[in-house]
Amino acid sequence: MKVSCNVDVKHLSRVEGHGNIAIRIEDGQVRQAHWQVVETPRFFEAMLVGKHWENAPVICGRICGICSIGHTLTSIRAVENAFGMVPSRQTRDLRLLLKHMETLQSHVLHLFFLAAPDFLGTGSVFPLIETHPDVVKMAAGIKLLANDACDIIGGRRLHPVRTVVGGFTMLPKKEELEGLLVRLQEVAKDLQTTAELFKTFALPDFVRETEFVSLRGDGVYPFIGGSLISSDGVYRQEEEYRLMTNEYVSETNTSKLSRLSRRSFAVGALARFNNNHCFLYPEAKKVADELGLTAVSHNPFMNNIAQLVECVQVVMESQELIKGLLDRDWQPEREKVTLRAGIGVGAVEVPRGILYHCYEFDHDGRMKKCDCVIPTSQNNANIHHDIEELARQYAANGFADRDIELLAEMLVRSYDPCISCSVH
Amino acid sequence: MAVTTTYLGVPLYRPKVAFFDFTSCEGCQLQVVNNEANLLDFLSLVEVVNFREAMTEKSNDYEIAFVEGSVTREDEVRRLQEIRKNAKILVAFGSCACFGGVNQLKNRFNDLDWVKKEVYGDCPVDTKEAMPLEKYVKVDLHIYGCPVKKEEVEKIVLNVALGKAVNLPKYPVCMECKANGNICLFDIGEPCLGPITRAGCNSWCTNNRFGCWGCRGPAEDANVAQWQKIMRQHNFSRERMLDRLECFGGFDHLIER
Ligand code: SF4
Ligand code: SF4
Ligand code: SF4
Ligand SMILES: [Fe+2]
Repeated sequence: MKVSCNVDVKHLSRVEGHGNIAIRIEDGQVRQAHWQVVETPRFFEAMLVGKHWENAPVICGRICGICSIGHTLTSIRAVENAFGMVPSRQTRDLRLLLKHMETLQSHVLHLFFLAAPDFLGTGSVFPLIETHPDVVKMAAGIKLLANDACDIIGGRRLHPVRTVVGGFTMLPKKEELEGLLVRLQEVAKDLQTTAELFKTFALPDFVRETEFVSLRGDGVYPFIGGSLISSDGVYRQEEEYRLMTNEYVSETNTSKLSRLSRRSFAVGALARFNNNHCFLYPEAKKVADELGLTAVSHNPFMNNIAQLVECVQVVMESQELIKGLLDRDWQPEREKVTLRAGIGVGAVEVPRGILYHCYEFDHDGRMKKCDCVIPTSQNNANIHHDIEELARQYAANGFADRDIELLAEMLVRSYDPCISCSVH
Repeated sequence: MAVTTTYLGVPLYRPKVAFFDFTSCEGCQLQVVNNEANLLDFLSLVEVVNFREAMTEKSNDYEIAFVEGSVTREDEVRRLQEIRKNAKILVAFGSCACFGGVNQLKNRFNDLDWVKKEVYGDCPVDTKEAMPLEKYVKVDLHIYGCPVKKEEVEKIVLNVALGKAVNLPKYPVCMECKANGNICLFDIGEPCLGPITRAGCNSWCTNNRFGCWGCRGPAEDANVAQWQKIMRQHNFSRERMLDRLECFGGFDHLIER
């Protein structure tokens, strides 16, 4: 039994944003173990008040630099729902394809550049350029495809410009989509190689039971809109999201926190996998099986593996979406916007979990109220309780401070937190 | 500085660079990592010694500091002043750092208590008005954009590494847009701030048929009154003009409220 332990990590590296880990164990008792978000808030929900609807996707997209496409699409969905607009099939397919490519680039960025250095024992991806050139090259290649696809469909990989309320300002060329299709087939093979590599990583065997929240699948593995579900049996409609998120403020965090049936819950790739694994493509299921991921998994480190499974999923579905788009003639890219007073909610599965934007507009389309609930803010309480439990378990097994510190860092990174986004 | 690379046969100093983030979306930093086609070339130009988003190791020994984000809390002021002491060249990296970016939109209420209450209710959260870096320290170089354009970043880094002067375009986005052969958005009924916004992005948005929102701030001699006249001629309201002008903070000193 370990008697005392002190871990203090200020501004954890290789995560997006600023957060601290502190663990203090005295005489075998965990006195303090916390995950604390200290990021400076930007107050997006206030910024938007009084603004014309047209500003919402432009401004809210800037909540996050990694998942700007997710935020923009969620914002557009909230505006369209408020105005009672229903996007065409073509628009829906293109948006989903765009979202998949963001998911792919974000998961690959996390898996290779942020998480893999932990498993390969380096402080960053930079030494891996020398020691594992093939891996780095392959990861860069997958990311390049995903980013190119975002440029082609969204006009820009970061803070997209073609995505607007009503559809798109411009459509991709069919030749461009054909090119993507060929490259996606290559990437599907690269993901197999990636799975082989990840098989060699030893993931910590740590389990803490929790609740998982995601969109509810209805025949397909869901990403954009629909109803909400939790692994503890809660079921809600998209517009009832507040009953799912129950946000509260804490004096020690600049991020808000969430709870549902227990004191915390988790969202993200692992939550989606746990709740909707039956809708995965066989190719994605196979990777999950090979890497020992079975539902319902309560090991947060498995979120890495769930992300890899989702890479396969989105690469498979994207090929199908492109084939469908190529088979049909282009329809008009953009529908006219019709204003009406009302409230609209958008719920979208972005890389780190379910994201909600809710807007209330007056008759002139001016924002009266804005609310955004971010995946990482929903995860923050869960991360906090995981750290407590991790400290307890590993200290009891006599691990050294440095090992506990590394494990705690890896744990937080497994959630792929987007901290500046959680404090928006 | 170590001489390790050559460029066009000229030995190149690899300056030690550090990246720092303040209040921001971290998108500008990501533009550097999101650079897979030539990330390795970029890394051969400089020696990255501090980049929290990508690496665990840190060092205070650097020559160029790229600082992303605006300043919105007292502890950020102190951190920024420390960076200023260490860096030979301090670069304001992206529109948040240059002008306050979208973050400064909260300043327009002139009522921080209301802003805090709207988001956090009665829970006290520390914040100040969002400000550009220049409000607190001397800035040697500005790289504009929300997000920054990676090609421009590379060009600037190369020039700095070679000890050459950095010249940013002074003309407006319209010049690039016309050279790119785009149809003018005003002709299809969309507003655009391109006539008075500083170029350098190669008319990124308007190439995609999306009007410019002025993320790079004003071009030299930007004639706001003339632009407002164009907007009025196309029946765009004062409110929509203000939306564009105030979005990223670059036109702040030119707005008559
Ligand atoms: S300038 Fe724009 S892209 Fe860059 S950090 Fe600020 S909000 Fe993000
Ligand atoms: S679209 Fe905008 S930038 Fe292009 S020519 Fe017209 S006004 Fe200028
Ligand atoms: S077109 Fe305007 S808004 Fe778009 S990147 Fe260029 S300066 Fe920024
Ligand atoms: Fe929020």
